[in-house]
Amino acid sequence: MNTTIMLFLLQDGITNGAIYALLGLALVLVFAVTRVILIPQGEFVTYGALTYASLAAGQMPGTAKLAFAMGLVAFAFDLYAARKSLHWQRIARAFALNVVFPGLVLAATVWAAGQRPPAGINLVLALLIVAAIGLSLYRVVFQPLAHTSVLVLLIASVGCHLALQGLGLLFFGAEGQRGPTLLNASAVLGPLRFTGQGMAVYGITIAFIVALWLFFGLTLYGKALRATAVNRLGARLVGIRTTLSGQIAFLLAATIGALSGILIVPITTLYYDSGFLIGLKGFVAAIIGGLVSYPLTAVAALLVGIVEAFSSFYASNFKEVIVFTLLIPVLVLRSLAAPAVEEEKD
Amino acid sequence: MRERWPLIIFAAVMVAVPSIPGMPPFWIVLLDNIGLSALVAMGLVLLTGVGGLTSFGQAAFVGFGAYTTAVLSANYGVSPWLTLPLSLLVAGGAAVLLGLVTVRLSGHYLPLGTLAWGLGLFYLFSKLAFLGRNDGISGIPPLSIGALKMLDPGTIYYAIWIAVLLSALLTMNLLDSRTGRAIRALRRGHVAAEAFGVYAPSAKLLVFIYAAVLAGLSGWLYAHFTRAVNPTPFGAQAGIEYLFVAVVGGAGYVWGGVLGAAIVVILKEVLQSYLPLLLHGEGQLETIVFGILLVALLQLAPTGLWPWLTSWLPLKPAGKKPNTSLTLPARERPTDMPDLLLQIDNARKQFGGVVAVNNVSFDVQAREIVALIGPNGAGKSTTFNLITGVLPATSGNISMLGRPIGKAPPQDVVKLGIARTFQHVKLVPDMTVLENVAIGAHLRGHAGALSSMIRLDRADEAKLLAEAARQIARVGLAEQMDQLAGSLSLGQQRIVEIARALCVDPVLLLLDEPAAGLRHMEKQRLAALLRELRAGGMSVLLVEHDMGFVMDLADRIVVLDFGTKIAEGTPAAIKTNPEVIKAYLGATA
Repeated sequence: MNTTIMLFLLQDGITNGAIYALLGLALVLVFAVTRVILIPQGEFVTYGALTYASLAAGQMPGTAKLAFAMGLVAFAFDLYAARKSLHWQRIARAFALNVVFPGLVLAATVWAAGQRPPAGINLVLALLIVAAIGLSLYRVVFQPLAHTSVLVLLIASVGCHLALQGLGLLFFGAEGQRGPTLLNASAVLGPLRFTGQGMAVYGITIAFIVALWLFFGLTLYGKALRATAVNRLGARLVGIRTTLSGQIAFLLAATIGALSGILIVPITTLYYDSGFLIGLKGFVAAIIGGLVSYPLTAVAALLVGIVEAFSSFYASNFKEVIVFTLLIPVLVLRSLAAPAVEEEKD
Repeated sequence: MRERWPLIIFAAVMVAVPSIPGMPPFWIVLLDNIGLSALVAMGLVLLTGVGGLTSFGQAAFVGFGAYTTAVLSANYGVSPWLTLPLSLLVAGGAAVLLGLVTVRLSGHYLPLGTLAWGLGLFYLFSKLAFLGRNDGISGIPPLSIGALKMLDPGTIYYAIWIAVLLSALLTMNLLDSRTGRAIRALRRGHVAAEAFGVYAPSAKLLVFIYAAVLAGLSGWLYAHFTRAVNPTPFGAQAGIEYLFVAVVGGAGYVWGGVLGAAIVVILKEVLQSYLPLLLHGEGQLETIVFGILLVALLQLAPTGLWPWLTSWLPLKPAGKKPNTSLTLPARERPTDMPDLLLQIDNARKQFGGVVAVNNVSFDVQAREIVALIGPNGAGKSTTFNLITGVLPATSGNISMLGRPIGKAPPQDVVKLGIARTFQHVKLVPDMTVLENVAIGAHLRGHAGALSSMIRLDRADEAKLLAEAARQIARVGLAEQMDQLAGSLSLGQQRIVEIARALCVDPVLLLLDEPAAGLRHMEKQRLAALLRELRAGGMSVLLVEHDMGFVMDLADRIVVLDFGTKIAEGTPAAIKTNPEVIKAYLGATA
């Protein structure tokens, strides 16, 4: 192997790794706040990417309608939950969040789909659509299960993944899509060419890592979110609104997922089901980080990206086998390091 | 025999089904698929519903079974009947390797681990040349007995359903045995089971292998049913679907696996044929409905449909009537029993910077009731955990009958005759009182998993249940023997724990707050029982907050405060000890 190939592989690995890092961060965030292991994170990626690509191609993405439909269901859940004590303020808030917000986004998307607006507007619309879906997903699926065990939440999470992936096929078809780049600039350094897109990937990843780390480590609200994860009842007793924490976590995760998708769709062709594998690699990183540490997750994600790049060069057939098998020794080490005297409750 | 009737009727119905005139052949294919899926789901029931180990990777074991027979019978012409044991062996062998790594994972790491190797194995199946890569292997010979070739779905139907019924029978036998109780106790955490001698990792590995072998059997049948295999049915999606089957039917029930398989296979068929007509969309619409149904089910009926169904049927399990004339051999006690049983010498336990137990020393003599008292957080329960091996001591020595047990695991401690109860009751709420108490006698039985499956364990089992029934009667709960432990009051559950501990035939009984939650009369009965045990030669070490109870009962009292022993003596001396009064009531009192 010569140095040039090695540098290329490294660059490729780091770019992919940065995306995995973003996803890993979102997974850690959701798990830390709600104890949900977010398998549908991959669908947020594909939804974001393909919505952005569809808008750029002048098509109306089905995800906008889904966001509105899920908003309606979420509002129905809110109404049902509040049936015994109808406070107008609360209903109005739920209406604004679940019906007005996705409704406005849907209207804007319908308008934009015919106009071929600039990439920036497509980006914002795609993020808003997926964010709305994430928000309603929490309300409809996970909020009613919030008191159950991690395992029940995990199975529900898998159910969401199945439904959303099936819907993805319905919305975007079986063909892959690519989207336009966000930044066209590029720079050459030695044998390596740095594209504007690649730089955007690095920059956004680093910004998110630092922001999340600071938010959870230093702010009172970040600590409140973490408290919710450890003990919901305890958090409520000290005045933290646990459902709000969950909503924020899902909102952030959906946005991060969609953003990752939009960042990679100009680089690689994405299919309706690509997200699952991409998300799982984010997982490998998140788990190496123990589902708690942001910096460790980011480092692990880079490692996963690099291992993937090198194994696709040396043993491309066994790329996936190698990446997923990497997880097992990590899981074992994790378990050995924390042999908690745990007593699962039903 | 009475409880076997539903099974016999079900078997008769299944035998009769193909000969119903006008039965559409397609329905038989569906029934074949239901049977194949039910086999895997049954394994998952044992693994996930009963043992508490969630696996997304069962499809990979189906793949091991299917590919083993495909390679050997299609490529090397080996008879399918010879490949059956090999298929099971390969699936089971893979489970040993993966299980050794996986079952040690705790909590949510375990299902994620199964997802990871499930995916890895799927890619391995689809990349290996000798497994035919993505095209798989075709031309697998059909099963045949003499001249009868099981070519059509109607004949292999019998092979599939014989396998399902036999597996169901063996699984139910296994669950209703000494090993079965150990497995069922695992889902609620392993501390209680280990305190009675169960080796949690090996029990977990056992169910893991069992589930994999059932999946391998399903794979073997599948290969000879379709007579071609490719990687698709062994991927992550399929693994998720098997779990779905078990959850739908009721993950805690063997027949829930069969019911779930029936519902899912039929539902999938209906969805696949009618949804496209309804929605005019392309492919995979059924997965959308599936996903939504899975979530709805978890929200509305988290225990699945089988318990819901059986609550409508007049099938009430008959309570067991143990024959109490059977006895287990008593523990061998040295003829010249030494006076000193338990000796704790400078035991210390630190959690990081917190010293929970600070160089505590005391002992327990034969035929003595010693009480360990102290305010909340004094280190009483931690001391219990040090004695019983739940926690290793940071330093110091603990010995029982002269043997050091400071580093011994809980399973070894109980072998020396130390039995305990827990401050926070650790019973299995969905097992009967009798079954819960029988866990206490775990080490006094010998039947293993295999002999339980084919019911060679009945003599052994009858003795264990007889012992359990005797101890339940002794603590005064004979009336409640067949009730579920979870339905008892908290006070009664504490008494059940004492009965379970007595099943060990202990030399020393450790009771952690046994009187909490008991009414006055019940406390008096408990005190009388403990005096009777002392008269019979047993020693008792108890933690208790009810001072009246302790002062009346104990021969000697040890007082802890903030992890340090502050006093030791007779009840009368302790009552007037200024240090003790200060610890309980404050300096000015």
